[in-house]
Amino acid sequence: MDLFEYQARDIFEKHGVPVLGGVVATTPEEARAGAEELGGGTVVVKAQVKTGGRGKAGGVKLARSPEEAAAKAEEILGMDIKGHTVHRVMIAAGARIAEEYYFSVLLDRANRSYLAMCSVEGGMEIEQLAVERPEALAKVEVDPLVGIDAAKADEIVTAAGFADDVRGDVAAAIQKLWTVYLEEDATLVEVNPLVRTEDGAIVALDGKVTLDENAGFRHAEHDALEDKAAADPLEAKAKENDLNYVKLDGEVGIIGNGAGLVMSTLDVVAYAGEQHGGVKPANFLDIGGGASASVMAAGLDVILNDPQVKSVFVNVFGGITACDAVANGIVQALEILGAEANKPLVVRLDGNNVVEGRRILTEADHPLVTLAVTMDGGADAAAQAAAAAA
Amino acid sequence: MAIFINEDSKVIVQGMTGSEGQKHTTRMLASGTAVVGGVNPRKAGTSVTFPQGEGTVDVPVFGSVADAMATTGANVSVIFVPPAFTRAAVVEAIEAGMPLVVIITEGVPVKDSAEFYTLAERKGVRLVGPNCPGIISPGKSNVGIIPADITGPGKVGLVSKSGTLTYQMMYELKDFGFSTAVGIGGDPVIGTTHIDALAAFEADPDTEAIVMIGEIGGDAEERAAAYIKEHVTKPVVGYVAGFTAPEGKTMGHAGAIVSGSSGTAQAKKEALEAAGVKVGKTPSETAALMREILS
Repeated sequence: MDLFEYQARDIFEKHGVPVLGGVVATTPEEARAGAEELGGGTVVVKAQVKTGGRGKAGGVKLARSPEEAAAKAEEILGMDIKGHTVHRVMIAAGARIAEEYYFSVLLDRANRSYLAMCSVEGGMEIEQLAVERPEALAKVEVDPLVGIDAAKADEIVTAAGFADDVRGDVAAAIQKLWTVYLEEDATLVEVNPLVRTEDGAIVALDGKVTLDENAGFRHAEHDALEDKAAADPLEAKAKENDLNYVKLDGEVGIIGNGAGLVMSTLDVVAYAGEQHGGVKPANFLDIGGGASASVMAAGLDVILNDPQVKSVFVNVFGGITACDAVANGIVQALEILGAEANKPLVVRLDGNNVVEGRRILTEADHPLVTLAVTMDGGADAAAQAAAAAA
Repeated sequence: MAIFINEDSKVIVQGMTGSEGQKHTTRMLASGTAVVGGVNPRKAGTSVTFPQGEGTVDVPVFGSVADAMATTGANVSVIFVPPAFTRAAVVEAIEAGMPLVVIITEGVPVKDSAEFYTLAERKGVRLVGPNCPGIISPGKSNVGIIPADITGPGKVGLVSKSGTLTYQMMYELKDFGFSTAVGIGGDPVIGTTHIDALAAFEADPDTEAIVMIGEIGGDAEERAAAYIKEHVTKPVVGYVAGFTAPEGKTMGHAGAIVSGSSGTAQAKKEALEAAGVKVGKTPSETAALMREILS
């Protein structure tokens, strides 16, 4: 889960990372109050969106008074930045910046460890820095069993080439940022820029934090950080039912078991769609290993509520889950949904207890259900049905 | 031969007394796996009765992995405990010196995985998973949740991030059979990688050809391609799931996400093809490529 800047700021503050005052606002009036709360002087009004390049897009503006903060917030709220609508701004205390640095620590999948990156040339996009001046970006591996202790922080600031008068303070900030990474179960903590102010303080001026949702069981407080309003309504409904669902923009609804098989099903349907007017998958939906009737009903309910869906392809390989259980799940799901189930369903079952599974569906003889023998055949039939209904 | 597990594998189950553990221990026993014990400190000294053939078998429960190893000579542990307890279970197995630890549990925090992987590497312990279906060497041993009845022993080796795609591919090639199929899991941090499995298959005299299944996210397939080019002489057929996955959406597995230009299925396919691997667009096409090689 990616956090907004203001959420990252709050988490930084909680762990003792030096930050400036910041108040989140959703209306110009709140922005004015926020600026007053910060002392009534110069503030920065910053769009809160989970994408980069908001400065260039006009989403970050200086305001010299609370009135101006309200006016700037008015301009920024509702703005579209790379497809993200701005619903909130952060009113941040102003700072006189002497120098801009960069620091991040993140999961390094390839090495199955962590990587710290640091540069005395902060401010610009790090991808750009990595390409244009790779020698200016220090990369230091972090042992997961040790973390960033004083010695590692020293190694990082040395590798980045910090001047003697700031390296101690930067190393201290880096150790605090490591605490954020470790104690919040983050997979990314990035500060760009980390600045030295004119009066010599080291401050994290912007922050990007990604939290590991698998670690939610030890962070009950992370639940409140989720941007539930931004979620697609169908995705939100799926999540309530513990379904792994991603909304896409096609016409063929997909239900399958196992992430890999569902991804593969999306591909096979997209290829089949090329022969049938270019129809595409409408979603990713993994019902997981235990495809019970209620899970199947919840899944079908989500998909049939997507107005773009014209047909549904259920692709299940019965491994642990027996196909007869899946077939019963489909039959019962259709009963539960009744008249709401109004789109053709192509079902392909294979594997554990397939003969019984197919028999159950054949006997139920539901007018919307067609059986397919292979994954390719099912994808083709579902794409054809979607094209015919479009 | 086969890789990682064979008829000499003696398996203990951490989490055997839980519902998932019991269900899958029953299945592992039914497919002929030597399950020699379970671990649960609160139930040490008891045993669990499982059906076996016409009768039943009592599998003893030990208080620790070390006790179980000392008594039974176990050389494989399979873990079915919930995510909050997985780290402790894996660390216990590593510190007891278990040579192979297979972690089925889904939803393990990546920090925990990074920590126990680092520890395992230092102690020379092989981890498979987490969030994986396990390993099967058909007719010899079955550690995890891969259905044993899809196909039997044969000459194909398979390594995959995905469980159900493993089953699908075993099914597509069921008339050939498999030396070993390894599900390495779809998490961002996993123990055994595609490369580890490819190296083992290359060295395994029972394996004639290899199917490698990947999916979007990370660069494990690209690195595997580089490895194949340098070190693998046996024919390899590849499949990558997620050609139509959009950028920035996680597709079920925590590691399956396309971010920017990295991690796309197309990039992985091209890397594999450049290494001489034939890559299918779909599971059935991939199986057809393997058929051409084997016939």
